[in-house]
Amino acid sequence: MMPRDPLQQALDGTAGGAPAQPARRGFLQEVAALGGLVLAAGLPGVAAADDEPKKYGADGMPHGWVDSPLVYVAITPDGTVAIVCHRSEMGQGVRTGLPMIVADELDADWKHVRVVQAPGDEERYGNQDTDGSRSTRHWFMPMRRCGAAARMMLESAAAARWGVPVSEVQARLHKVVHVRSGRTLSYGALAKAAAALPVPARDTLRLKTPDQFRYIGKGKTTLVDAQDIVHGRASYGYDTRLPGQLYAVMARPPVYGGKLRSHDASAALKVPGVLKVVTIDGMPAPPVFHPLGGVAVIATNTWAAIQGRKALVLDWEGGPNADYDSAAFRASLEQSARAAGPVVRQDGDYAAAAAGAARTLSAEYYIPHLAHASMEPPAAVARIKDGKCEVWGCFQSPQAARDNVAKRLELAPADVTVHVTLLGGGFGRKSKPDFGVEAALLSRAMDGRPVKVSWTRDDDLQHDYLHTVSVERLEAAVNEHGLPVGWLHRTVAPTILSTFNPTAEQEFPVELGMGVINVPFAIPAVRIENPPAKAHTRIGWFRSVSNIPHAFAVQSFVNELAVAAGRDAKDYLLDVIGPARKVSPELLSDHWNHGESPERYPVDTGRLRAVIERVASEAGWGRKLPPGHGLGIAAHYSFVTYVATIVEVAVDSKGVLSIPRVDIAVDCGAVINPDRVRSQMEGAAVMGIGAATLGEITFREGRVEQDNFHNYQVTRIEGAPRQTHVHIIGGDYADPLGGVGEPGVPPILPALCNAIFAATGKRIRSLPIRDQLAT
Amino acid sequence: MITLNINGHPHPVDLPEDTPLLWALRDALGMTGTKYGCGVALCGACTVHVDGAPARACITTLATVAGKHITTIEGVDADPVGRKVQQAWVANNVPQCGYCQAGQIMSATALLRHNPHPDDQAIDTAMSGNICRCGTYGRIRSAIHQAAGMQEPQS
Repeated sequence: MMPRDPLQQALDGTAGGAPAQPARRGFLQEVAALGGLVLAAGLPGVAAADDEPKKYGADGMPHGWVDSPLVYVAITPDGTVAIVCHRSEMGQGVRTGLPMIVADELDADWKHVRVVQAPGDEERYGNQDTDGSRSTRHWFMPMRRCGAAARMMLESAAAARWGVPVSEVQARLHKVVHVRSGRTLSYGALAKAAAALPVPARDTLRLKTPDQFRYIGKGKTTLVDAQDIVHGRASYGYDTRLPGQLYAVMARPPVYGGKLRSHDASAALKVPGVLKVVTIDGMPAPPVFHPLGGVAVIATNTWAAIQGRKALVLDWEGGPNADYDSAAFRASLEQSARAAGPVVRQDGDYAAAAAGAARTLSAEYYIPHLAHASMEPPAAVARIKDGKCEVWGCFQSPQAARDNVAKRLELAPADVTVHVTLLGGGFGRKSKPDFGVEAALLSRAMDGRPVKVSWTRDDDLQHDYLHTVSVERLEAAVNEHGLPVGWLHRTVAPTILSTFNPTAEQEFPVELGMGVINVPFAIPAVRIENPPAKAHTRIGWFRSVSNIPHAFAVQSFVNELAVAAGRDAKDYLLDVIGPARKVSPELLSDHWNHGESPERYPVDTGRLRAVIERVASEAGWGRKLPPGHGLGIAAHYSFVTYVATIVEVAVDSKGVLSIPRVDIAVDCGAVINPDRVRSQMEGAAVMGIGAATLGEITFREGRVEQDNFHNYQVTRIEGAPRQTHVHIIGGDYADPLGGVGEPGVPPILPALCNAIFAATGKRIRSLPIRDQLAT
Repeated sequence: MITLNINGHPHPVDLPEDTPLLWALRDALGMTGTKYGCGVALCGACTVHVDGAPARACITTLATVAGKHITTIEGVDADPVGRKVQQAWVANNVPQCGYCQAGQIMSATALLRHNPHPDDQAIDTAMSGNICRCGTYGRIRSAIHQAAGMQEPQS
């Protein structure tokens, strides 16, 4: 992909995928050297002073946002419009989506747009942490302003050239037109003059009205990397090649926190192609983004390094987590969930509600650790020259890679450049740049020569920042109609916070705000408790994060209550949600609210109800089904987006499960690239099905038991839904946007299990399903 | 020194003959379109064609392919069926992250050469060895059906 583009080369200092120049020479000089419009120094990000009021959305992110065309747009005399994408592409479509927004406001012809990937530099580009389903919702407006400002600069340049008032000219598809005379000037011809003009002030920008949009909301834009991908030219972290590059693989402590007692590399060094064996020190807990440490084998090619690693004789000390055992740990979580714990939300008096109720029901749900298992395992290349380090890799958060490499090498961040390749999947794993730091340390050990560290699949599964493991216990007090008047939810799971704070044993607001406390049900007495749980491995964020176990438990339990009440599952769910209303997240004890303003983003039960009604009507809820088939429904609000899902399952006489159809209704507000919203929902269905049916990482004696796709299974084509129908609600472009990358996953798991119950009468409370249906 | 015939061109490679083809392609020859995903023929990311049949490059040693015709994703557009598959992939916006898609396209091309009009069952059987973690399977099926119905593309 990128390296063939001269503009990308300018930014990278690369050529043809084999970077030849020692350092990033700078976008400005190089593109200027091409003779184009361009404009330099960026506006600073929004810096938050300590005494300022709380900031939300993009304002609240580190380094905020930047909306200057000086940073994001370059136009060359041949009319090529280069648009910088500063967020990481991992399949969500951001390299198409964000530049498309700029191009639309700029009224650029998409055929002449080149997308240029930014290096990690948040002071220049604003926040780049591609996580939390935030890219489009935080950057829609800055990117629009960026494009509009560039358009107005071109219009001003044309008006000056013709000596006419700017009100008489209009940008139209890569040209500026003098409306009265019909004269035109191309963007390329105007670029240089436009470059010399000041950027219009924000309050003078004329944004398009939605009826003028050319690309936004249309879904007709080709993916920018599609041709490179289908021809094998797209370049991922694993594909980076520098001249003189060496190849490394590492043996890391099999137990988190374990240390190397001794090693013997003599046999490894005899493997043809192996050059050197070096050790890297791990760091004391917490894990943060530090390399785990271990023994690296550096060779002339990856295969030799892998063979060398096999030949190492290693003696590891287990350390404090050497007894971590998944079966025993599950029992301890269950025990915690059966006793009272610290209260994290309380409305009314649950005990009184339970005492006065017609009936109480309870259930426990279990979801194991999950590994991200992106098809591209982590990989990075680093080289060090003249006290400066350059790193190439598949980073979701390139600034974090830069900061962590700088810290470990004791360099100033300015002396570290992080180039972002395409990511072969991310799902949260690649937010943690430990592998980039490994590459930098290995380059240092080889006197600065470029060294690539490749994680093999077993490395990836055995040393992931895993999705947590959780037990969710729910209890409901129901009235004579079977409707809940009291709700008790105990959530017990090692917290992501433990990755940053070794004493953390409770879910923090980010996890609690993912579908456990911010459940907007019309229930008078709600008590939510969070008993402690200790982490024994690196806990990370996995696509949709804690929404997965929380939604699985809550939406399964509501379904169980509906069954107990003898009610239709969809009608019952709507009754539990109650009437349409806007609930302040603060009232639900959610002071995080996905980082968004509680005023702009209340929890809107009307929107939640609407996606349920829509999906029920589209999927034909209540329709007659063949024997062995069942429909299940679930709805969940996450990443400020509302999703309702209906899964149709078929379970044959042997208990073999198949999924004829999935329907998903999504309300993420207005939609920028409908095709990528659909593809994210389609993919979420497959990932959710995989987590529900197959996914499980287990520990024994502190070690992960799985090491490849035979024992950590993921969904293959035959397990995917036969049909997936995505129903987009849509919205007003003036209203706040919701996330798209993650909110599709959580409702899949309970909808699937609810469908299995409908088909078979078997209730699944422990995932994965695997052979639980076998007869 | 082993000479490999890749996409119609000879490529001498100075690696031990038990080296898997995958690493010769990627590290020695710089042909990085063929991807590593598992190393043990479980995911299909490294699928190439050897004398027209799909093979997992990660477990195919150089010794076994010397003298044979190897086609990789970089050369599959020389085959009219491969070109149809690539076009159908773009038309259906199949890729998300794209990492597995080289292997998917190689498997799909081999399928269509063998069975020009596969039904869903045949597609699932032929494509079961190729994992896509982004979950593009529905579009893969659609694209294969589309490629099967397509006229020979103009190159």
